[in-house]
Amino acid sequence: MMLLPLAYFVLFHYMPMYGVVLAFKNFDPSKGVMGSPWAGLKYFKEFFSNRYSYQLLRNTITFRVWHLTLGFPAPIILALLLNELTSERFKRLVQTTSYLPRFISLVVVAGMVSTFLASDGLVNQIIVRLGGMARPWLMDPKWFRPIWLVQGMWQWAGWTAVIYLASLTNINPELYEAAAIDGANRTQRLRYITVPGIMPTIVIMFLLRVGQFLNVDYQMILLLYTGATYEVADILGTYIYRRGIVNAEFSFATAVGVFQSFVGLVFIIGANWLARRLGETSLW
Amino acid sequence: MHIRETGWASRLFDVFNILLMLGVIFVTVFPFYWMTIVSFSDGNAVIRGDVGLWPVKPTLESYRLIFTDPAIPRSLMNSVLYTTLGTFISLSMTALCAYPLSRTRFCGKGVFTAIIAFTMFFSGGLIPLYLQVVRLGIRDTMWALILPFAINVWYMFIMRTAFKDIHEEIYDAAIVDGANELQIFLRIALPLAKPILATMLLFYAVEYWNDYFNALIFLDDRAKWPIQIILRNIVLLGRFEMQGELAGTSAFLAVEQTLRYATIMVSTLPILVVYPFVQRYFVKGAMIGAIKE
Repeated sequence: MMLLPLAYFVLFHYMPMYGVVLAFKNFDPSKGVMGSPWAGLKYFKEFFSNRYSYQLLRNTITFRVWHLTLGFPAPIILALLLNELTSERFKRLVQTTSYLPRFISLVVVAGMVSTFLASDGLVNQIIVRLGGMARPWLMDPKWFRPIWLVQGMWQWAGWTAVIYLASLTNINPELYEAAAIDGANRTQRLRYITVPGIMPTIVIMFLLRVGQFLNVDYQMILLLYTGATYEVADILGTYIYRRGIVNAEFSFATAVGVFQSFVGLVFIIGANWLARRLGETSLW
Repeated sequence: MHIRETGWASRLFDVFNILLMLGVIFVTVFPFYWMTIVSFSDGNAVIRGDVGLWPVKPTLESYRLIFTDPAIPRSLMNSVLYTTLGTFISLSMTALCAYPLSRTRFCGKGVFTAIIAFTMFFSGGLIPLYLQVVRLGIRDTMWALILPFAINVWYMFIMRTAFKDIHEEIYDAAIVDGANELQIFLRIALPLAKPILATMLLFYAVEYWNDYFNALIFLDDRAKWPIQIILRNIVLLGRFEMQGELAGTSAFLAVEQTLRYATIMVSTLPILVVYPFVQRYFVKGAMIGAIKE
């Protein structure tokens, strides 16, 4: 019964994992991955000696840091606010609505963003009507990251909040009753019961994100960036796509990918180790 | 669990909170509402910025126009095919993988679980997967969009949890009755796990329907492109392949925005229509995932 699934994991996960040897070879399509001659660390040297690589790294890290500091708390705050609503029906309505965007395709969301922000788009029409100046939002490197951040929140905050809400329902209601009897007010209950109650979930979610440190989702960026915004928007993922798939520089792009995966592994092991030392929650 | 609060600060917070949540609803729904009314409005009125909260000179013109591009109906058919077939394959493979891993009597369980879980933390990356697809000879076929993504490991573990919740006595009874493993899987485990199967079905279906990246890298043949690629070309790259009267004229510029929105609506409609009816299954999936953690 496991045969088909195992074949799947071998074919599409473990064989590609072995395929990373390509990063150390001069790929020759006629000879295949195995037959191509060794290149040693040539492609890694090429990557690390290029100044543009550091810009890519800086961009990738900046996106991740923006996400961890500004994007990550959004669903937690949303869940806490939803939890304070007294009407169950209203709460359900807000929830159902807020996670709808998670099911909308990236292309549609990117299309909405670019059309709303186009020179004659909705946002500029409103600005002009209010007496301001229309501006080419998506062409401006200064605005790319804020737009990316807001788009991400719009699409994901509602959905991720579901996970925190689920963890909120696991808090023992007796704790709240006991606290109320002891005279704890709403803020105190939030601070001493609710937040500690969902802390393990927060830690796990945070670890998962940290483990993805350099794997910033490039599919959205690929849709939104243009030559005008490469300086802030180009990241490892989009670069691998352009060099590897578009330019067919397979060995070089694999080397960049190996670097990215390796850093990812180090980060997830490190994050897990840290979590174990700090408290009781960890991924494994 | 709510304890009545009567203090004014608390009441003020409640009011503020309700307003904020109404804001969340507005921000989520408004873009869809806006795209709908613009797609039904007259192109010139849209350019002039006349469209407020209602469609201006309501017309189905933009919908008629986008269907003059033969790529649209064709790619919609492709997407339906890929989604149906992909979802079926993914669901079957995921169940086939999750079920044995859920059984206590299965001895290789630990090793297999480790082998599978490791793929969540480390991968060869995009290029080796791409070359593997090329090597298997499935590039530029629909299998390239389906087979490499047949099992989502995350979903597989959620499904395993669901199978684990089936009581061991039920299996024991079936064994006493002379059922073999395959019969137990098909007649007992699958029917009992129906709710989670429904949830997974929806998740996979949404993923296949929404995918653009795999189609972008694996499909060269235009006749095989799914709707998301066509959508990207039209909405983000401004490439229309309309036949006939409007192509390249200034009249086209006037309808461009309405056409973009109409295309978005057509590709999103299946999800928007189905969503209200199935959203509770979606949440169930997320809940199980969360509790498992």
